[in-house]
Amino acid sequence: MQTALRTSLPETERTSRANFAPTARVVREERPAQTSGLPLSIRALRKSYGDNEVLRGIDLHIPAGQFVAIVGKSGCGKSTLLRLIAGLEEIDAGGVSFGDAVKPEDIRVMFQEPRLLPWARVLSNVEVGLGRDRVSSDAHSRAEKALTEVGLADKREQWPSLLSGGQKQRVALARALVSRPRVLAFDEPLGALDALTRISMQRLLERVWRDQGFTAILVTHDVSEAVALADRVLVIEDGRIAHDVAVNAARPRKRGSAELASLEGSILSHLLSADDRT
Amino acid sequence: MSLIDSVSLPRSFRLPHVDGLVQWIVPLAIIAIWQVASITGLVPTRVLPAPSDVGLAGWKLLLSGELVRNIWVSFWRASTGFLIGGSIGFAFGLANGLSQLSARLTDTTLQMVRNVPHLALIPLVILWFGIDESAKLFLVALGVFFPIYLNTLHGIRTVDPQLIEMGRIYGMSDGELFRRVIFPGALPSIFVGIRFALGIMWLTLIVAETIAASSGLGYMAMQAREFMLIDVVVLSILIYALLGKLADSASRVLERLTLSWHPAFQKR
Ligand SMILES: Nc1ncnc2c1ncn2[C@@H]1O[C@H](COP(=O)(O)OP(=O)(O)OP(=O)(O)O)[C@@H](O)[C@H]1O
Ligand SMILES: [Mg+2]
Repeated sequence: MQTALRTSLPETERTSRANFAPTARVVREERPAQTSGLPLSIRALRKSYGDNEVLRGIDLHIPAGQFVAIVGKSGCGKSTLLRLIAGLEEIDAGGVSFGDAVKPEDIRVMFQEPRLLPWARVLSNVEVGLGRDRVSSDAHSRAEKALTEVGLADKREQWPSLLSGGQKQRVALARALVSRPRVLAFDEPLGALDALTRISMQRLLERVWRDQGFTAILVTHDVSEAVALADRVLVIEDGRIAHDVAVNAARPRKRGSAELASLEGSILSHLLSADDRT
Repeated sequence: MSLIDSVSLPRSFRLPHVDGLVQWIVPLAIIAIWQVASITGLVPTRVLPAPSDVGLAGWKLLLSGELVRNIWVSFWRASTGFLIGGSIGFAFGLANGLSQLSARLTDTTLQMVRNVPHLALIPLVILWFGIDESAKLFLVALGVFFPIYLNTLHGIRTVDPQLIEMGRIYGMSDGELFRRVIFPGALPSIFVGIRFALGIMWLTLIVAETIAASSGLGYMAMQAREFMLIDVVVLSILIYALLGKLADSASRVLERLTLSWHPAFQKR
């Protein structure tokens, strides 16, 4: 029957196929994206250190697979919020819930420092990220795959001390990715990198996020980085979310486009006006 | 003092076969000058015998078997004492580094004992053990204990807390955390302790053997002094120096094998 169709409608068949192929590929790529991320709900979250009330009631819902950036001036509690989400710190009041029962491997954090084990080769460092699956028989191949994803497959037997800062951070990213997390929290992961390395790391982050579809929460000092990567930028002030800005620009985004620049400007002015008031 | 040394840990380490030749130039030159000085009478042989005489004395003792026996006895005492004291020091270092309770219980006591020079205990030790083997082992073990204890403790306490947090986040059990993070992190400092301990080990043994022994290198030297055999005295001293150097080299090789990840050991 197909042959019959093809002979009867040779032209349309060919064109429709040509049109179909890329769409089909996009759909296949986005399928995991729709299933792997976890939604995140934060209700009336509070945290103090002694008398220092750092978070005074954070309410936030993040849909599955969204890329959220958090900005705010130094010491406003961004890292604290991230650590509470990742379960690294005790919650004083309120709660953080994920849409699903979560395993520890589902939530991963990446810090400004790569935190690689200096005495383990690059590949073993990535294997650390497998959590309880470290001992499984496919640990090696999974770690290798994650390394390939960040473009460092050829460094697998290297000592971390011999890598550049950007390469170390990519190994840390591979380690965070290897367990296929459903929420990935970044605490200024690119803060210590030079401008060029930063931009290529931003592209890498965006690419793995699009491929894997985890929910991404990025704390950053750099507002242009926030608007370049995120679907949504949250501004934290006085322990609360003061602004919640959607970034609707289509991806792939062009750096320095007028749309992003004006968003960046308005977020910066929020931040600066808050600074003037204090 | 041991704590300060561990800070300056990253040492450069060059290829052994080049270094191996270079480092012997100065000792060989000294021996050559010494020989010339003896032959020309610049240094009277009653003060310092010629190297050739020392070598001859060594050869005679070697033939009689006395030299090998004494070296073996000293070596056995040194290594056994080192193993005993080192393991106990390591165990306490681990316990006090990992457990607050254990540290609170024993650290102050140990720090107090540390301030007693262990060689000051020799009269007491002789009273307790006589000039038995156990007297020497006890002294060596006690001397070796503290550098290893202090540096193990220091090494464990100064492991990067960010790495420990990372290990916890990635679901390491306590055992795994120790094996993969804490112990490797403490290892450079532990090696500093070992090197210190090796020095103290020989020092303690020499003193103990010259004062209270009936065999061993120190005893051999003391016997020779009584019979005015100055060449044997010098020979004993040289052998001590050689053994000390040997122990140090062994620990360096071990260090290089286990710390190959350390930036200080990657430069050629
Ligand atoms: N473990 C802690 N103990 C006591 N106070 C803390 C602790 N961690 C954070 N704080 C305090 O909480 C506040 C928020 O800290 P946090 O690290 O979350 O800020 P931040 O927004 O991440 O700042 P930066 O942008 O500089 O990283 C600061 O005032 C800090 O001093
Ligand atoms: Mg921070």
